[in-house]
Amino acid sequence: MIITRGLIKTIGSKKILKGVDLEIAPGEFVTCFGPNGAGKSTTLKILAMLSKPSGGQVLIDGQDIRENGSTLRRKIGMISHNSFLYDNLTARENLEFYGRMYEVPDLKRRIARLLDEVGLSFATGEPVHSFSRGMQQRLSIARALVHNPPILLMDEPYTGLDEMAKGVLNAILSQLAQSKHTVFLITHDFDQGLEQSDQALILVGGRIAYTCNPRRVKREEFRRHYLELIGGVK
Amino acid sequence: MSFIRKVRSLLWKEIRSELQGKEMLSTMIVFSLLVVVVFGFAIDLNKDLMGGVLPGIIWITMTFAGILCLNRSFTAEQQNDCLYGLMLCPLDRSAIYVAKTIMNLLLMVIVEGVTIPLFFIIFNYPGPQQVGLFVIVLLLGTYCFMAVGTFLAALSSATKTGEILMPILLIPLIIPVLLSAVIVTKGSFGLVVSGADLYLKILVVYGVVFTVLPMLLFDYLLEV
Repeated sequence: MIITRGLIKTIGSKKILKGVDLEIAPGEFVTCFGPNGAGKSTTLKILAMLSKPSGGQVLIDGQDIRENGSTLRRKIGMISHNSFLYDNLTARENLEFYGRMYEVPDLKRRIARLLDEVGLSFATGEPVHSFSRGMQQRLSIARALVHNPPILLMDEPYTGLDEMAKGVLNAILSQLAQSKHTVFLITHDFDQGLEQSDQALILVGGRIAYTCNPRRVKREEFRRHYLELIGGVK
Repeated sequence: MSFIRKVRSLLWKEIRSELQGKEMLSTMIVFSLLVVVVFGFAIDLNKDLMGGVLPGIIWITMTFAGILCLNRSFTAEQQNDCLYGLMLCPLDRSAIYVAKTIMNLLLMVIVEGVTIPLFFIIFNYPGPQQVGLFVIVLLLGTYCFMAVGTFLAALSSATKTGEILMPILLIPLIIPVLLSAVIVTKGSFGLVVSGADLYLKILVVYGVVFTVLPMLLFDYLLEV
């Protein structure tokens, strides 16, 4: 369970988040939409403990991230538009490194399985700098899942992916949704974002402006709400 | 134990990465050799005078080779936002600093191992009279340099002008290290130096302070 209460983030004199209240139940798939500068990535970075909040509280499974950061990080995997992969290392070496950092048991078998799942078994010994963008993103998914985290945070993971790589990512997301992983996804893509989510929210100006269950709201209606909120054309 | 295991894994990653790319070590060695050759042509002194000048030349060369190393120290973490990948891991973040410092120290020791014998050959100098003291001051001075330098490299890597900023921040801070190291090195060459023991102690204290401080502050530094 992820709960944020009155989350505030200030950088210099600029208030990025102005009190974000969020509840994500275990196994829930939440998608966050919003214009550039709305505070989506900042929210995600705070949830991932990459950035400290200026105010408010974040609880993960009832524990405050300020007090139990190191323990809670084991529960989180993150996929971003950047891969967090070392270019000079091979696919296997990257996963081996991150696996060691999370002290994953039976690491070799886990790596072989993950590489198979993301369709990169043929390139285990190749350095990451020789990978295409799609391959890097697939390996990045394997990296985020190496310690089998119950919570997955994703910041625009579809950026720069071709259709095939999008297909692989969608297949993995649907697998994660079925296996009751908690997912928080940030995207600008309505089709991809609303496809599997249990809750969709729109963040505008550092506040949650709208939430809904996308299964009960038509895509066009959601789009209209979005454009109204960001002040765009209907 | 977990801390040591994490440092070992981070160090393994650093070494594998350097072995694959071979970028840093080769650059540092080539640069140091060029400096040796340039000094070799520029300075022509007799043995007595050379003993007084050579420690300074050695430490100047090592300082600039070290700056090259430090400037590249966090490059791999900047590519693909790998620093975020590390920050996500369940570890005491000072382990990142410790592993980087050890890696930088290893690289510098290799560069010193290749370059310093060449100094003695090119300047036709018989070498230090107190080899033990020379090795101690070399390792201690290099450690102090890398301890403070690695911290500042992390700090400056987050800025756009990091490569310029890092030496500007570093050089004033390492003046006590350079002064002490040069004086103790002169002592190891058999020159009469007053207070060499004191300068050695300064290096030890500096090393301790700039190990503890960055370890305490590194987590905050990464948040900035």
